[in-house]
Amino acid sequence: MSSPPPDLSELYQQVILDHNRNPRNFKRIESAKCKAEGNNPLCGDRIQLYVQLDDDTISDVGFQMPQGSGCAISKASASLMTEAVKGKRIGDAEEMFEAFRTMLAGGANAPGKLAAFSGVRAFPSRIKCANLAWHALHAALQGSAAPVTTESARDF
Amino acid sequence: MLDTARIRPDFPLLARQENGQRLVYLDNAATSQKPRKVIEAIVHYYTFHNANVHRGAYALAVEATDAYEAARTAVARFVNAWAREGVVFTRGTTESINLVAASWGRTNVRRGDTVVVTAMDHHSNIVPWQILCQEKGATLRMVEITGDGRIDLADFGRALEAKPKLVAFPYVSNSLGTVNPAAQLIKLAHSAGAVTVVDGAQSSPHLQVDVQELDCDFYALSGHKMLAPMGSGALIAKPALLEAMPPYHGGGEMIERVWDDRSSWNKIPHKFEGGTPNVEAAVGLGAAIAYLEQLGMERVAAHEQELARIAVDRLSQIDGVTVYGPPDHRAGVVPFTYGDIHPHDLATILDKDGVCIRAGHHCTQPLMRRLGVAATARASFYIYNDVDDIDALVTAVRKAGELFGVPA
Repeated sequence: MSSPPPDLSELYQQVILDHNRNPRNFKRIESAKCKAEGNNPLCGDRIQLYVQLDDDTISDVGFQMPQGSGCAISKASASLMTEAVKGKRIGDAEEMFEAFRTMLAGGANAPGKLAAFSGVRAFPSRIKCANLAWHALHAALQGSAAPVTTESARDF
Repeated sequence: MLDTARIRPDFPLLARQENGQRLVYLDNAATSQKPRKVIEAIVHYYTFHNANVHRGAYALAVEATDAYEAARTAVARFVNAWAREGVVFTRGTTESINLVAASWGRTNVRRGDTVVVTAMDHHSNIVPWQILCQEKGATLRMVEITGDGRIDLADFGRALEAKPKLVAFPYVSNSLGTVNPAAQLIKLAHSAGAVTVVDGAQSSPHLQVDVQELDCDFYALSGHKMLAPMGSGALIAKPALLEAMPPYHGGGEMIERVWDDRSSWNKIPHKFEGGTPNVEAAVGLGAAIAYLEQLGMERVAAHEQELARIAVDRLSQIDGVTVYGPPDHRAGVVPFTYGDIHPHDLATILDKDGVCIRAGHHCTQPLMRRLGVAATARASFYIYNDVDDIDALVTAVRKAGELFGVPA
């Protein structure tokens, strides 16, 4: 309560606004073996994630959000996630998820552009938005058939 | 308009600063803030009168019972109930509707019957009926809404052709602010032979409600949206219906006699109040009603409608803003979207300026699908809001547009 008020420009960094406006890998991959759906029931955010594997390497990844169902944080996070994990091995992607989550929980910054989300830490109500795509990725890689929701996730 | 300069100091929380700025609380459709009179009534109850109700033979217990029953009288007067026995205390609108579904519904709805709700109903007036219909093999019929956010009366008429057992609808939509023609809908439903359930969560805080004039069968309200504590609420019903209904929760207080293998039931409303009730909530609700009655519900309604009119007007002047809901017959609820800015981002940005609004589906997902949006931002007003609050809202919305590069 007494900490200095967080600044909006730390939350909505340019890279986040850019990826919100022009999301990368915003596509359906029909042939993808691994798919997952993520829901944030509190705000109605929904994501469909498609992961193409070549052995244990993520050869392609895409996501879709039904019209208007992604806020800037969830959409930019999904977009930056796809960039970060494309071409990576499954284990490396899971490590990135852990690093991302650790950052949002108040730990060290995640590597590369993912650090843009460090500002979300100061906005606890938005942490689930940032994590949504990563939970979906985790579910897709685990081959989980059930849609993941941010409500079953241990984000706090 | 109400004299907000005199009302605001009655609400201690409104003195709070948010990010160094005055708190502008515009999420009243979610819950209202509480005046000192209500907070003091709860403290006073626990300080001087606390005991279990309807049980003790000692003076203190009688005082607690009197305080609890005085609140029932207040609720009965506030909505002009048929009788104070027709006021059942519940945790709120959700429990009131679930009570009707579980008790009246289970007894009267059978396989092949129809239950009617509307596409603008809150989940709490949809899901209990879904559960009932699935259990009974009955059909749930959802009445469509018009493009400008009203109940489609033609479709309502078609739905009644199935001779539904029960028709449920909101007096005021929490998502659109629409004030529905409740008396007319009830009359139509009755002529089709249906029992009517009115979700009064958004009407009770904001309108002069007269359930006898409406002639509904059941009316549900929540205290927390009308200055009272969370966990306070009531089901108001025609006493003859309650008499004929089986109990909802078994337990203490709701029985007359308990044999080894069966029981007989207490008189209404106690038959539906098993277990120790939330006496502090009832006492707080009584104090909230006293506060509202002092202002006068007609003045409350006029104040909020004027604020909504100004807010709709001011927001509509911003390029890219879409306001939802009807142009007239609107309570103090203003849902809107702004360009392609997601309502959640809007709410975060507004919060920085101390402006609290709701963003999301407002527990009305069927309605959101029909509006073709995943979510809206919603500003909702109450007795302590004024034009300064609208100024703060509009200024913060414009700021969001600049941050996200929505053309001015």
